[in-house]
Amino acid sequence: MFGLDKKDTRLLMVVAIITFCAPILLNPFPTESALAQFNAGYPDLMQRFVIFGIFAIGFNILFGLTGYLSFGHAAFLGVGSYSAVWMFKLLSYNVIPAIIFSVLTAGIFAVVIGYISLRRSGIYFSILTLAFAQMSYSLAYSVLTPITNGETGLQVYGNDPQYLKGDGPDVTHLFGLEMRSTAEINLGAWTFDFSIGYYMCAIIMLISFYLAIRVFRSPFGLMLRAIKANQTRLNYTGISPRPYMLAAFVISGMYAGLAGGLLAAMDPLAGAERMQWTASGEVVLMTILGGVGTLLGPVLGAGFIKYAENIFSKINENILHSWFSFLPDGIEEAIVWIFARFVGEGWHLTLGLMFMLIVIFLPGGLVEGGQRIARLLGSKNKNASDSTSAE
Amino acid sequence: MGILDIKDVGKRFGGLQALGDVNLSVAENTCHAIIGPNGAGKSTLLNCLIGKLIPDTGSVMFDGQSVLGRSAHEICQMGISRVFQTPEIFSDLTVIENMMIPIFAKRDGSFKLDGISAFMKHKAVLEQAEQMLEDMNMADKRYMNAASMSRGDKRRLEIGMCLSQNPRLLLLDEPTAGMARADTNNTIDLLKQIKDERDITIAIIEHDMHVVFSLADRITVLAQGTPLVEDTPENIKGHPKVKEAYLGEAQH
Repeated sequence: MFGLDKKDTRLLMVVAIITFCAPILLNPFPTESALAQFNAGYPDLMQRFVIFGIFAIGFNILFGLTGYLSFGHAAFLGVGSYSAVWMFKLLSYNVIPAIIFSVLTAGIFAVVIGYISLRRSGIYFSILTLAFAQMSYSLAYSVLTPITNGETGLQVYGNDPQYLKGDGPDVTHLFGLEMRSTAEINLGAWTFDFSIGYYMCAIIMLISFYLAIRVFRSPFGLMLRAIKANQTRLNYTGISPRPYMLAAFVISGMYAGLAGGLLAAMDPLAGAERMQWTASGEVVLMTILGGVGTLLGPVLGAGFIKYAENIFSKINENILHSWFSFLPDGIEEAIVWIFARFVGEGWHLTLGLMFMLIVIFLPGGLVEGGQRIARLLGSKNKNASDSTSAE
Repeated sequence: MGILDIKDVGKRFGGLQALGDVNLSVAENTCHAIIGPNGAGKSTLLNCLIGKLIPDTGSVMFDGQSVLGRSAHEICQMGISRVFQTPEIFSDLTVIENMMIPIFAKRDGSFKLDGISAFMKHKAVLEQAEQMLEDMNMADKRYMNAASMSRGDKRRLEIGMCLSQNPRLLLLDEPTAGMARADTNNTIDLLKQIKDERDITIAIIEHDMHVVFSLADRITVLAQGTPLVEDTPENIKGHPKVKEAYLGEAQH
């Protein structure tokens, strides 16, 4: 279907079903229960899952296929956000022009940065992209204050022109459908939130995922994998790797711009910190954690990291005390003290440990973990693992 | 005038004269071997032919066009294919994918952005790749990871990838280096078969005399950066100058 073979269609369908049912699947615990804090099914977090999923899918087209590790992709995320907010300021709160403009500007930035950075490969390429991202960050933070509003961050004010606004709503919307409007459905002890914003992002994510599959299976994708495998041979096959690399770089930059635009569409703010190197590092983590060069990996990794960030960081000492209250006082104090290092503000420690374990024991990321489990459960699924190795 | 004309090519590296006034002409549809002791300048000469090095003096013409100053992919598009000392293939890709890449390159040129159609659905390319694997006796390995094959099979695949582009000149850099005897003999047989069946010019750089004498129509002996003699294999075998060059090396 849609020009995909059977296996890819099945993958796309599974991802689509999971994405559409996410508000239910991510809220497995009743609202009033003690475990409700592990529920991730609220619109703000689910939007982050799919938006950063888009970011990671795009990053994987560059890193997964060609092996070129960009350490500056957050620059495109930030550029996308700024462009989107400018569209809100100048035109109206409609998200469509904002998203289109953010993809375009990120693409133009990617052409410039990619053209220069791709003169080098390996670690030098990574350093060049990092330098560009840090430059963009500094520019946004101070020099370009008239455009970026410096450290305050760019936002929409009441006296902005908004030429096309007319009597449209005062929040971001898609032709009148407000992004934040949410249908709350109560089923017994459970509450499920279905928000417009989430479903718009989800549909865009599915389209991005579909396009990524097409790229992976195309002659273009084959050439990108050939770049990773052996550039010398590719040169002596009569192919010039540079334009292929630049195309891959621009495509992944546009994905990042799209993600940035969507972030702004959900919440019309853009700050320089979105471009900082930690944000660039995060997408590298997501891709490696999920599985470099696999189709599904980046999406899984993005979900995993955003979940950890939002859920582990919310657990505090009081919650820990309530969990371990059955223990004798002295032991309880000790255990709570130990666990407290890994949650709340210390969630990065948990993330770091998880990352280490995965890189050491599962170099193929969560996808490889899934494959191993599938293989343990039955060698029946042999062809599934065979074919994923080609992804 | 041959298909490849090397005129007065010289190359210095600092104080070392690696090549001095090399004149060499490779006639069309022959197999021309370049031999010589270590340090004779064989690899430098080869690198001058494929755009890796630019000689200080002289000219290199392929079919009437200069190759100097062109990048590797342009030289390849002109019709020169190169087989490396260590097989350069796309490891981690399957054998059939390896074979499809040069066919895409031949069909689409050095760059074509086709990110939407599935490459396995390019029927003509796929069929051509399958046919080439058939010719190379590798059809049973088509879904194997290319990195996991033996040295001999990698070499066979590499030669197949070069031939799939129908090059006019095939450059071989010590094609049997580091191979077991059986693999060496297989490679010689394969090259002989290619020579007989195709209109192709082969230039080969080789250490192994057995390989050279079983394949070459003409042999050039290179010593200290200059051609010593050029003749048929029969005449080279007993040539006193050649013996001297090789024995001279043995004395070190």
